[in-house]
Formats: sequence, structure tokens, C-alpha cells
Amino acid sequence: MGTIEERFDAIVVGAGPSGNAAAYTMAKNGLKVLQIERGEYPGSKNVQGAILYADALERIIPDFREDAPLERHVVEQRIWMMDDTSHTGMHYRSDDFNEEKPNRYTIIRAQFDRWFSSKVREAGAIVLCETTVTELLKDRNGKVIGVLTDRHGGPVLADVVVLAEGVNGLIGQRAGLREELHPRTVALAVKEMHFLPQEVIEQRFNISGDSGVVIEAMGTITKGMTGTGFLYTNRESISIGIGCVIEDFTRTGQTPYGLLDKFKSHPSVAPLIAGAEVKEYAAHLIPEGGYKAMPSIYGNGWVVTGDAAHLVNAVHREGSNLAMTSGRIAGETITYLKRRREPCDFDHLGEYRKRLEESFVLKDMRKYQKIPDFLHGQRHFLDLYPRLISKAAQTWLRVDGKAKREKEGEIMKTLRKQRGLAGLVADGVRFARAWR
Amino acid sequence: MHIVVCIKQVPDSAQIRVHPVTNTIMRQGVPTIINPYDLFALEEALRLRDTFGGEVTVLTMGPPMAEESLRKALGIGADRAVLLTDRFFAGSDTLATSFALAQAVRKIGETWGEPKLVFTGKQTIDGDTAQVGPGIARRLGLQQFTYVAGIQDVNEAAGTITVLRRAEGGVQELSTQLPALITMLEGTNEIRRGSIADVLRGARAELVTWNAQAAGIADVTSCGLRGSPTVVKRVFAPKTRAAKATQVEVKDRTPETIAEDLIDQIYARQPGLEDDLMRMAAGY
Ligand SMILES: Cc1cc2nc3c(=O)[nH]c(=O)nc-3n(C[C@H](O)[C@H](O)[C@H](O)COP(=O)(O)OP(=O)(O)OC[C@H]3O[C@@H](n4cnc5c(N)ncnc54)[C@H](O)[C@@H]3O)c2cc1C
Repeated sequence: MGTIEERFDAIVVGAGPSGNAAAYTMAKNGLKVLQIERGEYPGSKNVQGAILYADALERIIPDFREDAPLERHVVEQRIWMMDDTSHTGMHYRSDDFNEEKPNRYTIIRAQFDRWFSSKVREAGAIVLCETTVTELLKDRNGKVIGVLTDRHGGPVLADVVVLAEGVNGLIGQRAGLREELHPRTVALAVKEMHFLPQEVIEQRFNISGDSGVVIEAMGTITKGMTGTGFLYTNRESISIGIGCVIEDFTRTGQTPYGLLDKFKSHPSVAPLIAGAEVKEYAAHLIPEGGYKAMPSIYGNGWVVTGDAAHLVNAVHREGSNLAMTSGRIAGETITYLKRRREPCDFDHLGEYRKRLEESFVLKDMRKYQKIPDFLHGQRHFLDLYPRLISKAAQTWLRVDGKAKREKEGEIMKTLRKQRGLAGLVADGVRFARAWR
Repeated sequence: MHIVVCIKQVPDSAQIRVHPVTNTIMRQGVPTIINPYDLFALEEALRLRDTFGGEVTVLTMGPPMAEESLRKALGIGADRAVLLTDRFFAGSDTLATSFALAQAVRKIGETWGEPKLVFTGKQTIDGDTAQVGPGIARRLGLQQFTYVAGIQDVNEAAGTITVLRRAEGGVQELSTQLPALITMLEGTNEIRRGSIADVLRGARAELVTWNAQAAGIADVTSCGLRGSPTVVKRVFAPKTRAAKATQVEVKDRTPETIAEDLIDQIYARQPGLEDDLMRMAAGY
């Protein structure tokens, strides 16, 4: 088994947002970068809602808006609490979002990732697709010095390996760098693309031009499991999906597609997608265990970025931006070490962690570290409360000859009966503490 | 032995959609692949090279982004890649395409030695005409074998080739003089995976890029839209067929039992038909 003679400054495993951010940053800074992706093309394996948060990308490619495949910029956010027949919503729509450089976009990952990858190539990195990294190569001291792939012709060597291999990163697991995923810390999401003519989407959502609407939904649609549903408008399609923590699927025996079918036929959702042609189905894991579920993210000759590092802020539905930011910071750290001629060993790569701590990434991860456990223990937040809220709204709105004071009393009575005054107060306190 | 393989980058037809309202083909965002039939041609060429020595040059005519397919071919093991790209080529039908490709093959011959064999796939999945291969052969005065299922023998000394060709009703074994053009059938070999060194080379190689002039094409009026007599009058989505056909087993059965079976199937599909026929037969 011969080795490829040359040695790269860095090998990046994976061409999702975090791998692309890392590869781009290093190549742009003149490092010799090899990126390896198992998919037929970058993005072919990847699933996202998908909302792109412009800021994280702008810090990597400032003029990305010129040619990135963006679908719609988001002008309206709807958050829905759903019970079986209703939804209680908070909608925020603002013309301020129709700005010169919009802040959030819907995208289609297969297209977006390919675009990002073309930028990585332009920056000078070598990108190999249809190639799976099978193992990390270590030297006698346990330092990672390269990778083995499923192609013949021996290992490829590098000074450092960036593991941007996504949520179920087998390479890192196999090399013993991190543990297998726990069913409580990962969600399984399913998603479909529903194609509709542009005009129909614009009418249904009251939008025009490039503006778009996103809906995040929770409540009885997840059958008491910890999870959420979503519906995003693209230019000529609607992405719709739902996901729950894996352990909950096992506990309840519910199936992801069963949930999605229910969500799609909900009276608040069905008219939005009526008549559409369904073209793509996908399922993917999301690491939702938060800060406490994070593995070690650097070591002797390796760093981990994005989903593989469990960097997802489930509360705010943010993942790709944490992925891109961690990829960028990993790339910057490695560039920094290279320029100072420092080795990429355990001691020096600690700089990556340090920089990540200073960024919003680990600050946000820390802020919400109690939320996963909180939701796990407090199922009524996703089931009982949506029902109560819906009931209260309906009591309030129905005009039926009852005095208003009587109605208010009725609402309070239901709340008290279902959860108890102490329970309500305790929930409020618990929630506030988990949020803080 | 120098071998030229003509490949085409095509949209992955498995992922193409027809716009439900306008009936136009929606190409946006559809990933591209090397025309699947061309891969069998490439593999066959690589096998011959591995046996007899020599070089494999891949050639494609297309927009600059067709570079991707050439790099892929290099990653599978081709030795050299030529991209024929020029705005003059835009809108080519099979006549204009075979004109430009034939000129490029000629130029390749002048530059790196006369090819003994030129390969194409049987047809493309986005055109389905199967005309470009024969068109190139005709223009270059090459012997041609279409729908080739396998290469039996190449005799370099005698300058002959023997192939198996799929024809209606059977397989033909045919021989001819080299140089020849072969259009390759699907499923005739197993496409190899390039080594790490191959894919690295493919990713980095300098491609040879020729415009019309560089390929020695003086007469650009024979290229592109101007050189294409074919007119697309209309694109439409065919109506979906009402229901799937039912197959009736015929092997080892008498015509009578097959007919009975057929009638039963039809009756099963059209309840009431049997009664109607009976009534008619009874004279109402
Ligand atoms: C349904 C759903 C909706 C989401 N919605 C949003 C959203 O709206 N906004 C948001 O910001 N985030 C969202 N996310 C999260 C977001 O998709 C992820 O956080 C993000 O994709 C992580 O990027 P990554 O580069 O770390 O990993 P990935 O995007 O998963 O990329 C990993 C890559 O590595 C490759 N790979 C893995 N192993 C190997 C190997 N051994 N060899 C070679 N290649 C390998 C894979 O093929 C893949 O291309 C969503 C996720 C899901 C599932």
C-alpha cells in the first residue's frame, strides 16, 4: 500500500457548511487543503430546513449574495402553538427585513452546498467527491497524521485533520475521539419538498418578489414528544418537516412519517400545500443535546466542527451558522498556527476551543444548556399547554352571550384544574431558569 | 494505442421535473452527471489501454462547466481531457455536434497521434437520438459499430477489431479494420473506481480547452444554432397512462389457456363487461 507522496497542510472531512467554511478559510489563506466528501457532489447527502443565517456566511464570503443560490429572504416569522384543530400564533412581519442585505434566507441545501463548494475550489482547495474517509491515521505518539479512504492507493497525509463529518460522524467515533450518539441527544427529522408555482406560493403567503415566510410549529403535532415542525417558503416550493428526539420515538412507537402526514393534513397546514407535487423526501439527524452533549472538539492533530461537535442551538433553530462559524474559526486557528510555525498538536489546537468560547457559538450553547433536560422532564409544555392556550383563545373569542368576566373565570379555572396554580408558577420559574 | 472517448455532461434525468403549470422542463438546480452510456465506453477504452498500452483522451463539447465531467473522467483513469467550448457551439443539434466533435477528434489526432478507436455511448439520456456517434464516424470516414455489447479482440498487428453487437433477434460477431468508431451499450462492463492518485490528478489536471478556432474549425456556420436544421417545435409532458398494464404469463402454456386468462383479466378490470357482452349476444 503506497502512500501519496505529498503532504497537505490540512484535510477536511465533509463538505457541509462547516467543512466548506474551514476549507475555504484555509485555502484563501494560502494553505494546501484537501477536502474529502463521500457524496456524489457536495450537498447530495445533506438535509436542512433550510434557513441560512446571512451573518455567519458574510464573515466568510462577504459578497455571497451576488451569486449564491438563495430562495427567499425572510420577512415574516410565524410561531404556532398547535392543538388538533387550531393554532395559536405569534406572527412577526416587518418591512425592515426587506433590506439591502437581508438577514435570513431560505435555501435548498443541495444547491447551496454545491455553490459553496465551487467557492472552496476557486480559493484553491482540492475537493474530492464520491470518496469516503474510513479511518484516521495516527503516528506512534497517537497524533493524527492523515486519513485512509475507500479508494485504493494508500493513506493521504496532512498536518491536521478537520472533522466536519456531520452529526453521526463515524470517523471520530471509530477513532475513539467521541462517543456514539445517545438517543436522548439526537432528534430525527423528516422533510419533504412540495412544488407549487411561484404565483400560488406568493398568493397563499401574501408575499411578493423574493420575500418569504417561515413557520415554526409545536404542540400536539408531536404527540407529546420533544420536537417541532416547520414550513418554509422557497421560490417554487415549500419545505415542510417535523422532528423529534429519537428516544421519544422509541418510547411512543410513533413514526416520523406518520407525524409528518398528520402535520400536513392539519387544517391550518393543509391549505398551504394543497395541490403541490411532492418531489423529495429526506430524513436526517439533528444533534439536540446542547452544550452538555458536546464531545471534546480538539486533540492531537484534529479538530471537530459543526454538527459533529454537536453545535446546534435547538431553541433558535440554528445549526448551519454555528457550523460555518466553527469551521471558519477552526480554519483561522490552523492558519494562525501554520503562520507561526507551531505544530497542530493537542496543546496548540486548544486555541480553537478558546476562540470558540469567545464567539457567540459557545456562549449560546452555554446559555441554553439546561433546555434539553428541561423539555425532557416537562412534557406538558409541548402537549398540555398548547391545548390550554387554544382553549383559552377560543373561549375568549367566541361570542355566546356569556359575560366577559365569566369567560375569564372559566379560562383561569381550566388552567388551574389542568395544571394547578402551584404547577403553573413552578413551570414558569423552571422555564425562566432553564432559559437564563 | 491512442483512444478517444467522447462524453457528454447531462442533467441527471432522475432529478428533472416538469413544471406542473407551464409544462416546461425545470433544469434549475438539477445536478449533472456524465451520460451513463458514456461511462461504459470510457471503461472499455481504459481496459484496452491497460491491455495494449497507449493513452485515453476524453473529449467533450459543452459549456465551461462541463469541465466537471472531464475531471471526473480523469479521476476514473483517463490520461488527458479536452474541453471544446465556444459560444458558436450553443444550440447545436446532432448534425452540428458531430461536425464539431469530428473536427476536434481530427485535431486531437494531429496533436497526440491518430486514434485507432473512437468511443461514444450508445446515446445520451437527454437527447436519445443515438446519432452523434455515427455522425462522427461518417465525417471522419471511420468504420462504425453501434450498440456494441463487448469487444472480443483487437489485433494490433493486423489492425482489426472484433466486437459483439446487439441486434434485433440476436447478437452479431463482427470484425473490421481499424480505425473504427464504437458506440457502447449499457451494462457491458463494470466501471472502475479511480485510485486516490487518479482523483487527485483529476482534480488538479490542466484541461486542454479549445474554442472553435483552436480546434481547427474554420466554418463556424456549420456549428451551433446556425448549423442545426433541427427545430424544436414544442415541448410537452406526455399524459400519464391511466393504469399499469397487466402481464399474462405465456411460457409453457397453450394458446387456449392464455386466451382464457386474458379474458378473465379483462373482465376483472371492467366489471359489468361480461354481463353486457352476454346480453348483446342474447340479442337485446
Ligand atoms: C430537517 C433539518 C432542518 C434543519 N434546519 C436548519 C435551519 O433551518 N437552519 C440552520 O441553520 N440549521 C438547520 N439544520 C441544521 C443544519 O443542517 C446543520 O447544523 C448543518 O448542516 C451542519 O453542518 P455540518 O457541515 O457540520 O454537517 P453536514 O451538513 O451534515 O455535512 C457533513 C458532510 O460530511 C460528509 N461526510 C460524513 N462522513 C464522511 C466521511 N467519512 N467521508 C467523507 N465525507 C463524509 C457528509 O456526506 C456531509 O456532506 C437543520 C437540520 C435538519 C436535519
